[in-house]
Amino acid sequence: MKFTPHTIEETAEMLETIGVSQVSDLFSPIPDELKTEKFDLPVGISESETMKIMKKLAGKNDADMVCFLGGGVYEHFIPAAVDALSSRPEFYTAYTPYQPEASQGTLQVLYEFQTMMCELTGMEASNASMYDGGTALAEAALMALRISKKRSRIVLDGSVNPVQKEIVKTYLSFLEVEVADIEYGSDDSINNYLDGQTAGFIFQNPAFDGTVKDYTEINEKIHADKAVSVVSVYPISLGLIKTPGDMGFDIAVGDGQSLGNPLSFGGPYFGFMTTTMKHIRNLPGRIVGKTVDTKGRDGYVLTLQAREQHIRRQKATSNICSNQSLCAMNGLFYMSLMGEKGLMDAASLCKSKAEYAKSELAKVKGVKVADGETFNEFVVELSAKAEDVCLKLADKGILAGIPMNNYINDAENKLLVAVTELRTKQDIDTLVSEIGGAL
Amino acid sequence: MSELLFTKSVKGRCGASLPVMDVSKAEMSDSLRRAKPAEIGEYSELDVVRHYTNLSLKNFSVDTHFYPLGSCTMKYNPKVCEKAARLDGFGSLHPMMPVSGALDRCQGALEMIFELEKHLAEVTGMDAVTTQPLAGAHGEMLGIMLIASYHRAKGNKKRYVIVPDSSHGTNPATASMMGYEIITVPTADYGDMDLDIFREKMNDEVAAVMMTNPNTLGVFNPYIKEISDIAHSYDALLYYDGANLNAILGKVRPGDLGFDVVHVNLHKTYATPHGSGGPGSGPVGCKEKLIPFLPKPAVVKNGEKFELNTKGVDSARITSYFGNYGVLVKAYAYALMMGSDGLRDVAEKAVLNANYMMHRLKPYYHLPYDKTCMHECVFSASKQAEKGVHALDIAKALIDRGFHPPTVYFPLIVPEAMMVEPTETESKQTMDIFCEAMIEIAEMTEKDPDSLHEAPVTRPVTRLDETLAARQVDVRYSR
Amino acid sequence: MKIFYTKEHEWVKIEGTTGTIGISVYAAEQLGDITYVEVPDVGEDLVKGETFCSVESVKAASDIYAPVSGVVTATNDELMETPEIVNESAEDEGWIVTLEITDTDREGLLTAEEYDAYLETLD
Repeated sequence: MKFTPHTIEETAEMLETIGVSQVSDLFSPIPDELKTEKFDLPVGISESETMKIMKKLAGKNDADMVCFLGGGVYEHFIPAAVDALSSRPEFYTAYTPYQPEASQGTLQVLYEFQTMMCELTGMEASNASMYDGGTALAEAALMALRISKKRSRIVLDGSVNPVQKEIVKTYLSFLEVEVADIEYGSDDSINNYLDGQTAGFIFQNPAFDGTVKDYTEINEKIHADKAVSVVSVYPISLGLIKTPGDMGFDIAVGDGQSLGNPLSFGGPYFGFMTTTMKHIRNLPGRIVGKTVDTKGRDGYVLTLQAREQHIRRQKATSNICSNQSLCAMNGLFYMSLMGEKGLMDAASLCKSKAEYAKSELAKVKGVKVADGETFNEFVVELSAKAEDVCLKLADKGILAGIPMNNYINDAENKLLVAVTELRTKQDIDTLVSEIGGAL
Repeated sequence: MSELLFTKSVKGRCGASLPVMDVSKAEMSDSLRRAKPAEIGEYSELDVVRHYTNLSLKNFSVDTHFYPLGSCTMKYNPKVCEKAARLDGFGSLHPMMPVSGALDRCQGALEMIFELEKHLAEVTGMDAVTTQPLAGAHGEMLGIMLIASYHRAKGNKKRYVIVPDSSHGTNPATASMMGYEIITVPTADYGDMDLDIFREKMNDEVAAVMMTNPNTLGVFNPYIKEISDIAHSYDALLYYDGANLNAILGKVRPGDLGFDVVHVNLHKTYATPHGSGGPGSGPVGCKEKLIPFLPKPAVVKNGEKFELNTKGVDSARITSYFGNYGVLVKAYAYALMMGSDGLRDVAEKAVLNANYMMHRLKPYYHLPYDKTCMHECVFSASKQAEKGVHALDIAKALIDRGFHPPTVYFPLIVPEAMMVEPTETESKQTMDIFCEAMIEIAEMTEKDPDSLHEAPVTRPVTRLDETLAARQVDVRYSR
Repeated sequence: MKIFYTKEHEWVKIEGTTGTIGISVYAAEQLGDITYVEVPDVGEDLVKGETFCSVESVKAASDIYAPVSGVVTATNDELMETPEIVNESAEDEGWIVTLEITDTDREGLLTAEEYDAYLETLD
């Protein structure tokens, strides 16, 4: 199947206009010795044959498992209207809105997105999306370094997802930056780094083990030290939990997957980043701003572009160019459909069902539920290896949770369980009884 | 102008129906509870659908308009690829399945990644590919990380990255983000990096040379082997920015030209949609010597089974999972459909189209690098600027005539640049109508230049005040 | 009191050990409508030849280099709200910082006549 419309006659006419006799003449700027003989691929196939292969591949995956996996991305309800709207070709086949008069749709959508992300996180300014939660966190660390100018230490708190910590460390490992990694459960404390040398402190709330904390006092200490505080948040939890703004964070980031984006084996999702107006010029990525046209009517443009790579080149705030606009749009459509009350209700369902799961699991012999207040994800310690339990439950069509040894050492028997509004009481009861049976 | 959604909120509406509460309700403790709801408003499903459908109509897009935005490869996005990505067997998989007891239940998902990586390795002439990078610039970043890791492992002291002045802004921005200083080499008359100056600037502390070939002027650099040899003689590695790979599919492979690392923009070359500015996808290929530095997790085949290798030398990680997976599915479907013959045809027709437009417009617009181009050509509105009509005016006049404008004012080395990339999926008829509009605008420049300063007049807004937007920053609605 | 210019288009007015720094009228014209001036903090050390702030327009950003070394004693905070002052009065009301000069190195500084002659060579 080809998508080139050229007939033989048209090709001939075009070649005549150009003044060459065959298409291969157009490749004459490429020296012959550089041309490839080797292009060892099968020949093209039809649309129906393609779909057959794709269905076969998809068919090798079990799409119907009952999912208690989280770790940063979650199976939440997505109203059908979300995909219907982002499937509008006017959105998905357009590009970055470089020409505002021909892109007011995208621009207004992104302005509304920025507004909602600010409201959700309790912050003053937002960009128009990042790649994902992990890279947004790494970009936030870079932003903290820019803000703090001469300081060169980043502190990663034990609450941060260890996989995302690795992303931050990878990004920073090529720069002259000291990364203080407070390991999960260690005695080290952020207090040891409040010495006027730290550029930014990075936290996650709820922590990767699911526990929730109020960081208000910690942020006061960080600000007294003139450092920047960053938090990675799970947007659905913000339906219930005190906002990053109310806790006094300078930068909030996170993965927007839970807002209307399907799991899709890891992406595409979107990252978000919100901050205070004071720091807006240090934000990476695209930002949409409101302005007026020559007739005084409201309109929207990409703004503060002097921060960006296409103007400032090596001095840009980031190299980011394409972000994840369409996924951010999914996030906006989702939030619009849910509304203020819907967001609270979804969060409340998650919290309530997780509490039910915790209380039921606590009754099972060989299961100990970890201490601490949680939102919808929590750790249980089992009397057997978590991996083995997961394998057994997978046979019953249940994804029981993520074995904690994927994140930390010496945690063979620990399992990270997430419960969303899509899990019914019956799903939870089945999980509880199957775990009991597996131990 | 459309009212913002927020002005349409009516308390008590909801556009979504959540599952029932079938357990007893639990609360967060007081100290952790949100003080007041997020003020995002409340709407019915129809409110939301109508609002955003109407907004969508204010966009130009590939499906509605010719979109010859140079360097962005705005080709047609086949619908079957969308359909494939929405198959439940891909769309509803949790990315932690392979490490949560369900490796056997996502074999098809891993197989797809493995096969796509193999395909891209063959197309680029590389020894290994990772599909993890989430966009072109993210791929560039990984590429420079691989190079930096290589030098670090060898104990090489390197400080600089060389880029031509015609490069994409992401190249120097990326190298700088990875801690390198930038050396910029100017463009010579042949249309790419000046070789004498390059030789002069080359030194033992250069880590990498980043090239786009064909470059942003649409020029294929015939001296690439020489550049590669010079770079390698200083143990500097050669980076291929794959933004313009579309032009050379099946004709030339970066790996055969001496490049050590390449990124491919699937949202350009492999026809995945641009999504109003993402999600993109920027897989990276590399030569054998860089394989140890690739990020984890890698999909490997062990006998008949696909597994994850989570061991990386530096435990490098650039994203949490496997990249923008849904985008990869679309690209793989496209790769299967095209095959070797289809991909060669893509390159041929992309180059044919660009040269056709170049020849049709050359009598009317200045062509600073007048030679056979590859996938795109760069005009300058310098003749028109003498009459007071600038590239921006021409762009806005094109909008009034129903076309998305070419990329303007880039590359920075061409004054009044207009960079035209028709792509292979456009027909002669469409290009003819566009060329006629461009010719008519050129004539208007002579007859009535002032009228072009008003454009566009057919859109929901006229020209917008970008200075005001940057001075009085308003990035969110507040009640 | 003496006024000097640099080839990077800054000006510095020197009165004893007190200096005032801004960008030249030529630089302001080249940038177009200025949308933002990043002002350093009072007390910050400026090192001759090193960048200490930047000036932005919609489509460009330009780093400003210190013509002399010193410690910032005051900043023009009006530029935060009304950066257009730089367009209107680059070499007077559009000043960016004052500083206590800590070095005597005047190498590379141009007099007004020398700077004008230098501008002639640019176009």
